[in-house]
Amino acid sequence: MSIEVRHLTHCYSEGSALRTVALEDVSFRVESGEFVGIVGHTGSGKSTLVQHLNGLLKPTSGQILVDDVDLNAEKTDRRALRQRIGLVFQYPEYQLFEETVEKDIAFGPRNQKLPQEEIDRRVAYAMECVHLDQKEIGPRSPFELSGGQMRRVAIAGVLAMKPSVLILDEPTAGLDPMGRDSILSMLEELHSRDRITILMVSHSMDDMARLVSRMLVFAEGRLIADGTPREIFAKERMLTSAGLARPEAAQLCCRLRDAGVPLPADLYRPEELKQHLLRLWKEGAGC
Amino acid sequence: MLNNITLGQYYPVDSPVHRLDPRVKLLLTIVFIVAVFLAKSWIGYLLLTAFIVFSARMAHVPLNMLFRGLKPLRLILIITFLLNLFFTAGDTVWVSFWVIRITKEGFLMALFYSLRLMFLVVGTSLLTLTTSPVALSDALEILLSPLKVIRFPAHELAMMMTIALRFVPTLLEEADKIMKAQMARGADFETGNLVTRARAMVPLLVPLFVSAFRRASDLAMAMESRCYHGGEGRTRLRVLKLTGNDAAACGITAVFLALIILEGILF
Repeated sequence: MSIEVRHLTHCYSEGSALRTVALEDVSFRVESGEFVGIVGHTGSGKSTLVQHLNGLLKPTSGQILVDDVDLNAEKTDRRALRQRIGLVFQYPEYQLFEETVEKDIAFGPRNQKLPQEEIDRRVAYAMECVHLDQKEIGPRSPFELSGGQMRRVAIAGVLAMKPSVLILDEPTAGLDPMGRDSILSMLEELHSRDRITILMVSHSMDDMARLVSRMLVFAEGRLIADGTPREIFAKERMLTSAGLARPEAAQLCCRLRDAGVPLPADLYRPEELKQHLLRLWKEGAGC
Repeated sequence: MLNNITLGQYYPVDSPVHRLDPRVKLLLTIVFIVAVFLAKSWIGYLLLTAFIVFSARMAHVPLNMLFRGLKPLRLILIITFLLNLFFTAGDTVWVSFWVIRITKEGFLMALFYSLRLMFLVVGTSLLTLTTSPVALSDALEILLSPLKVIRFPAHELAMMMTIALRFVPTLLEEADKIMKAQMARGADFETGNLVTRARAMVPLLVPLFVSAFRRASDLAMAMESRCYHGGEGRTRLRVLKLTGNDAAACGITAVFLALIILEGILF
């Protein structure tokens, strides 16, 4: 499933004194199977963009095409499309409401009016996707789980609709390192195993460095860069002007280079930095 | 979705009326309400109209803003008018048809009572248009504080009001977010009959209540950790002071009240 955004502009409170432009002339295309990261400083329009992608907000001007069908055309069935484009909001655990975890996850499929067997299958699938034990967690109340577990239940609630595109707004915000790690590895698996197209909004450049194959950088409602993480992280000045930092590994690499260590300039993953350093150390130890 | 709901109707401009002490404004509004009930004739109503128009001018509040407060009450206004129109006994019959009898007296009475209701709403709207909710609850606290003698919790009441007002926009925003999140999971808030629609609210209301309770407990904790222990010995950030402006407003209103009373005696 491909998503194409054409000249999207969105203004809040159009036609009043409080009019603010949240997005301005944004265009890009995401192909099926991509893992795209959307980064930007607070107020850069990321969350507004994300809500457009499954039709919760209507563009002031411009178009969003899903598989070349205009999302906001009169005859488009937005509810059907919404179920194919799963959207996980920021702090999704605040949307949980049912008595048990299983019932909450079943909310989406139930709204799709699926037969009970299929709903059960979907719940089992979704819980497995987010690494929650259905026997243990399934019958419990979602309100007695830990923060990380609640978030995984909420993500399962979206996955149970079997979307072909998954959009996540800050999926790791406010989690401890372990909770964060489990969410990220879960996303990695969903992308590689289930071939789900993923768009992830994040502040964390380290999350980006670990997962995505392409990045969209936003600043003040405009798309200012679109490329692979390696290309993006090499443009330090552009990132700084957008109010963003580079991943920690890239920063460390930069400082090591300043200190005279012969490293390539474009390293940004902890793993590759480690390998380069180990090789240098071995070479140094050899002579 | 929910952003067209604005809280209160405070109209933020600078004017002599806005600058009035909220306590004075509250008391003068009560005086105005009394005056509305004292006015017995059309001349009295003319005076009331003049007073409202004059105050609105002084407050730099456009008249259509003032009348906007009447909109939610239009049903009550219509019912008041019709009830008085049909059920007032009178001699000068205008229309007589089946069981319906419309008399001149009935018509005048209907007009009189609907106008009285309109005066009440417009007068109090002028207060809320020119006074921010926080200033209003401040004023209420001070005006009610003499009642502390009979253990009336004036400070606590005002604090509760302030907090409630503060959280309305926050909770609206939260409701909007949860609504969108559930819509993304295929929830439908817009179609179906009354029962299905009420049931559709459950996925919105449960998380909203959970979050409201969480916020309340966080706030209580934050207040306690800053040594809040009720109103005793508490000083204020904005100390209310009476000015010449307030004296002038009191003077004008006193003259107005006197005229109304005079009108009651003379006509």
